Amino acid sequence: MEQVESHIGQMGVDSRKLGVWLFLASEIMFFTGLIGAYIVLRFAHLQEWPHPGAVLNIPLTGFNTFLLICSSATLVLGLAAGQRGYREGLQVGLFLTILLGSLFLLIQMKEYSILIHEGLTISSSMYGSCFFTLTGFHGAHVLVGVIWLIVVFIRSMQGKYTPEDSMGVECVGLYWHFVDLVWIILFTIVYLI
Amino acid sequence: MSESHQKQSFLRKYIFSVDHKTIGIQFLFTTLFFFLVGGALALLLRWQLAYPGKPMPVLGQVFPESMMVGGIMLPEFYNALFTMHASVMIFFAIIPLLVGAFGNFVVPLQIGAPDMAFPRLNMLSYWFFWPSAIVALSGFFVQSGAAATGWTAYPPLSAIEGTGQTLWVVAVIMVGASSLMGAINYLTTILNMRAPGMGLFRMPMTVWAIFITSVITLLATPVLTSAMIMLLFDRTMGTHFFLSEGGGHVLLWQHLFWFYSHPAVYIMILPGMGIVSDVISTFSRKPIFGYHAMVYAIMGIAFLGFIVWGHHMFQSGMNPTVGTTFMLSTMLIAVPSAIKTFNWLGTMWRGTLRFTSAMLNAIAFVSMFVIGGLSGIFMASTAVDMYFHDTYFIVGHIHYVLFGGSMFAAFAGVYYWFPKMFGRKLNEPLGKIHFALTFIAFNCTFFPMHILGIGGHMRRIYDPMQYTHLQHLQPINVFITLSAFVLGVSQLILLVNFVKSLKWGEKVGKNPWESNTLEWQAPSPPGHGNFETTPTVYRGPYEYSEPGRSSDFHPQSEAA
Repeated sequence: MEQVESHIGQMGVDSRKLGVWLFLASEIMFFTGLIGAYIVLRFAHLQEWPHPGAVLNIPLTGFNTFLLICSSATLVLGLAAGQRGYREGLQVGLFLTILLGSLFLLIQMKEYSILIHEGLTISSSMYGSCFFTLTGFHGAHVLVGVIWLIVVFIRSMQGKYTPEDSMGVECVGLYWHFVDLVWIILFTIVYLI
Repeated sequence: MSESHQKQSFLRKYIFSVDHKTIGIQFLFTTLFFFLVGGALALLLRWQLAYPGKPMPVLGQVFPESMMVGGIMLPEFYNALFTMHASVMIFFAIIPLLVGAFGNFVVPLQIGAPDMAFPRLNMLSYWFFWPSAIVALSGFFVQSGAAATGWTAYPPLSAIEGTGQTLWVVAVIMVGASSLMGAINYLTTILNMRAPGMGLFRMPMTVWAIFITSVITLLATPVLTSAMIMLLFDRTMGTHFFLSEGGGHVLLWQHLFWFYSHPAVYIMILPGMGIVSDVISTFSRKPIFGYHAMVYAIMGIAFLGFIVWGHHMFQSGMNPTVGTTFMLSTMLIAVPSAIKTFNWLGTMWRGTLRFTSAMLNAIAFVSMFVIGGLSGIFMASTAVDMYFHDTYFIVGHIHYVLFGGSMFAAFAGVYYWFPKMFGRKLNEPLGKIHFALTFIAFNCTFFPMHILGIGGHMRRIYDPMQYTHLQHLQPINVFITLSAFVLGVSQLILLVNFVKSLKWGEKVGKNPWESNTLEWQAPSPPGHGNFETTPTVYRGPYEYSEPGRSSDFHPQSEAA
């Protein structure tokens, strides 16, 4: 693959990291568009908008939120272990993160199937459209994150990351924490408020 | 730094290339091709406007029954034509020409970098770009016909139209992804890969313009993507985001769409401003007047561009107070725009002007941009816009900034950087003929549109003769169409010149224009890795005609 060379540029930051940060800036605007539309449409339908607890299983999704926050923590611990040169720690951290992320997706799929069974679909009402679009795009981001983590995990098994260069782990970490953060916002405005 | 010039296979070198220069040239060829396609679509619809109901000679027989019957254009086909003309020109010609082609080719060279920060992402950006155009244009071959709701795709119509509209939505999402990849790449490259000594305020204006443009792309495009996805769901999944019948909001679309599409007009003009600044300074043999002011003006335009979108919606029944806010913020854009215009004039003032084809096109940019800018102020005023809205006045305005602005800048860029791209010059006499014909035909085509608009001529109408108040204006429509044909045919001169000069153009050395910026210190064309040794930058990009120096230019990388 590429020859070993420094990616640190004039800004004093690795290009790959800078690129991920910029990508996340665009992701913020993407979710801003969706959330903005959600707010507008919800205010236009205040009367018929169901109370979140009436339709959604908040304890279940609350548990799911807890899993996702834990997955951020396991990733941070894994990265810290990797940067200390403790490779097994990195691998365990990545593995647990993948496990928790997959669990999140499984629970979300279960939640979807229950809701669809109860008659709430993307086309059944404006509420359903907003709910599935917002949470669905977040779920897609988690899926991408899990796949990316699996790639990083395989590379860590091959010994690609050293204490000096664990940028690959840092980059997926940035993305993963961002997805986590988006979920906390979505959980608040879709499930709690 | 010297890279090994290992032999690359043809596929790797010219097709699946990760070299920013090859990708830039791929963008250039593709976008110039789509420029011709978009122009041809415009000429077809101009025929209908000048001679409504008359069979089109020769070509009329080529089109199938679903488009023309007996050579007479059907209204549905007319709608598809103006929609696809705008979409092709905006999404597949001008944005990727200015940003994709020039940004890619010029930026790494001008900042002294061996390549872009993410070469493979760069390649992916091109491989999202041209398939997206194919997807959009394939609408012409499906049963419902191509998208026909205008490039603004206002619902409810765009949510219920046929398959061509779905293809259009998918294409816009794809080309948006391509733009985003480009933006991330440009920003990282410009921030992180400048040669030693290349401080931010030593960067040429083209780099600054692409930098700020990329910020706009990065923050505005995802909002369009989210809107397009909701529209796609309305069309395919049974949602009603933008359909009032299911409780949706048609105006929500307009807000989201213009939140992208107003900044997008600056995506289309800012790189042109950068290119023109470089060209004017070089051929005036003078430093750019007010370099810092030019940079801050670009930033000002970009910032204001985000808070003016509502001026497209004065007619939507918005609260007049909101309308006034949007009017004021829009009019504020005149300030940085005027700073730029006066600085270009100040640069040329008492300069030693060299009227090359590139320079002529750059001067045309400045003058046409002024006309387009001034007509913009009319429409920024809510009271005046109520009358002008959706007339040919706005069609005239947008073409003065998009063709008169962006395209003349693109022409200037083509004449200016062609020698660097291919090691040969474009033919100057042919270039001047192309310029003169284009300039005259352009004004004859688009200036009368303002008069049509004041006369109440609505845009996007199929047959002006149906309206008694427009019948006496028909001679103007005929004149516009004839001028448009001259304008279209004139572009073939550029095509001939381009193809001919690739093979037989005058060979040039490193620096044919005696310019200061770094790309002219690399070989023409530059090899893989661009520079033989990483250049060091000692001064700003526009140190022309320094007193007491024997030569009238002073390259950025020259030590003394």
